[in-house]
Amino acid sequence: MFNLRDKGAEIWESQGRVGRVAIAVGAIAIVAALPFMGGTFLNTPVADYESVLVYPIAMFVLMAIGLNIVIGKSGLLDLGYVAFFAIGAYTMGLLGTKTDLNTWEILPIGIAMAMFSGIILGVPALKLRGDYLAIITLGFGEIVRIVALNLGALGRSEGIQGIPTPPGIFGIEYAFDSHRIYYWTLLILILLAIWMVRRLSARRAGRAWESIRQDEDAAELLGVPTFKYKVWAFVLGASVGGAAGVIYASKTLFIAPDNFTLQISILILACVVFGGMGNIWGVILGAVILGYLPDRIRFLSDARLLVFGLVLVLMMNLRPDGILPRKKREKAIVKKDAS
Amino acid sequence: MIGNFLDQFWSLTFGGLSLGFIYILIALGYTMVYGVLRMINFANSEIFMVGTFATIIIIRDVFQFTQTSEYATGFRLWLILGTALISAMLVSGILSMLVEMVAYRRLRRMNSGVLAPLISAIGVSMVLSESVRILTDSRPVASPRAMEKKFLGQFFDAGIRIDNTIIVISALILFGILVTFVNKTRMGKAIRAVSMNPNAARLMGINIDGVVSATFLVGGLMTGAAGFFYTLKYENTSAFIGFELGIAAFTAAILGGIGNIKGAFYGGLALGLLETYASFFLGTQWKAVTVFVVLVLVLYTRPNGLFGEALTQTRA
Repeated sequence: MFNLRDKGAEIWESQGRVGRVAIAVGAIAIVAALPFMGGTFLNTPVADYESVLVYPIAMFVLMAIGLNIVIGKSGLLDLGYVAFFAIGAYTMGLLGTKTDLNTWEILPIGIAMAMFSGIILGVPALKLRGDYLAIITLGFGEIVRIVALNLGALGRSEGIQGIPTPPGIFGIEYAFDSHRIYYWTLLILILLAIWMVRRLSARRAGRAWESIRQDEDAAELLGVPTFKYKVWAFVLGASVGGAAGVIYASKTLFIAPDNFTLQISILILACVVFGGMGNIWGVILGAVILGYLPDRIRFLSDARLLVFGLVLVLMMNLRPDGILPRKKREKAIVKKDAS
Repeated sequence: MIGNFLDQFWSLTFGGLSLGFIYILIALGYTMVYGVLRMINFANSEIFMVGTFATIIIIRDVFQFTQTSEYATGFRLWLILGTALISAMLVSGILSMLVEMVAYRRLRRMNSGVLAPLISAIGVSMVLSESVRILTDSRPVASPRAMEKKFLGQFFDAGIRIDNTIIVISALILFGILVTFVNKTRMGKAIRAVSMNPNAARLMGINIDGVVSATFLVGGLMTGAAGFFYTLKYENTSAFIGFELGIAAFTAAILGGIGNIKGAFYGGLALGLLETYASFFLGTQWKAVTVFVVLVLVLYTRPNGLFGEALTQTRA
């Protein structure tokens, strides 16, 4: 099968340092200029083009990159990713309304909270086999929502209102409807996340994750501290989700438990699976397509979860590697014996 | 609080018992499939949900009951309940077989590891619950009451309600039939063989696909029966019902040791009672949290459950 991913990698690898920097700068410039390049024909029935770029597209991309560390890189199925998103958002909501801290000061706190809950959940859960992890995380995602729904301090079903926007930096002001600014903020976070994932993938952690994904028992026998690296993958994924949550709360100014349903977890999972588990560019492409199309096509927007369910089934059965598969050399070589 | 609890102890216990038997039947759906495939049947919760709707359709549309119509009595009542039970079981059983064909079969042939079938099953359960949600307009659906819920007698202070009694007795019968099926029949023997060692079973000439289909069918039948009993007890359902009941029943299966039929029995009973007592003290909104905490504690301290095989490293 034609593999666009390998073609891209060939071009990239055949360049020298200058060429690579040029490609990277060019690509970032094009992506950063996207708010100016759309026309009204890209508007969706629910929102105009610029706000669609922020939510769902950029937000989905960021979360999909985070979830990809967990699912794609180390092969752990996390079905409660929305929990970390919610924890980030509620940290922002609580601290933003109750204290004087601003968004930039809360961002690291939100990330830390998400990572901390990742450890709390991950340490017992990651000792178990993969399918138990799926159920535990599924339950956890729902529990966070139920707690938010029932605790008076978190505003119950009304949620938290009047969350402040980020204060201006470098003379750039954030207003509620300045979508471009939020888009660029998210873009910076996305670039940071990509950079983190790429650096880690090429190093010890990446190799450990890869070996865990392919055969955990063999990795353990060869001396890879699998548990430690699984927790790391889980916590790093959580940190990205937490960051996305902080920005989300700071953008919408209002959060409620209904924003953090199981459906978000499934949506992000569908983005990762559709794009190609383990390949960061595929995941980004998947998130862009699945973030945009269901909003754009009106009859799809009501049935969007139905579509995502179908995407999961069809992709798994027909093209399990996604539309942009991971590099051939990273693919699992072993086939386990029949069961 | 404690005084209240003691006053209501028996009525809580009866409610918890019948809930426990509903859990047992759904847990059997998880445990049967897990025993054979070593995979969690994620779509089982939605198969249960479809079972509740099948029940309502039979009572409301086939027998034309409305919220105001008179209760059925005598033979007609048993005919209605029997038809509804059998239809719910058949619909769920056949649906369960279809789910296996769509979500698992192809991936099983490709030996694709654990992750792929799991994701594909999540997709199927998403498709099921969303289709029902769109068909019902996201609204809960109430079931008309066909049977007068009278009390059969008193036990200490608590009345013994007829629906709880029916649930406990029929679930016990179904459980007995299942145990006999697995232990005494030819197909049951094949199921046990595949569960112990699929490769050896194949070499002995057992048709693995047939056995897997039969397992999903049996699990679906039990889950569908649970759907009927749930509708009888609570008299309403919605497209979202599968999630909570599914997690609870899965917890019950884990509690007893998943893959172990006897374990599902004790796990279901224990969880049904525990959940009922806990919601008395904490309030029903924390019910799901209680279940989840039990699940985490069991998996963390006794991942094998109370009766199960070693799960953390089953057959690598």
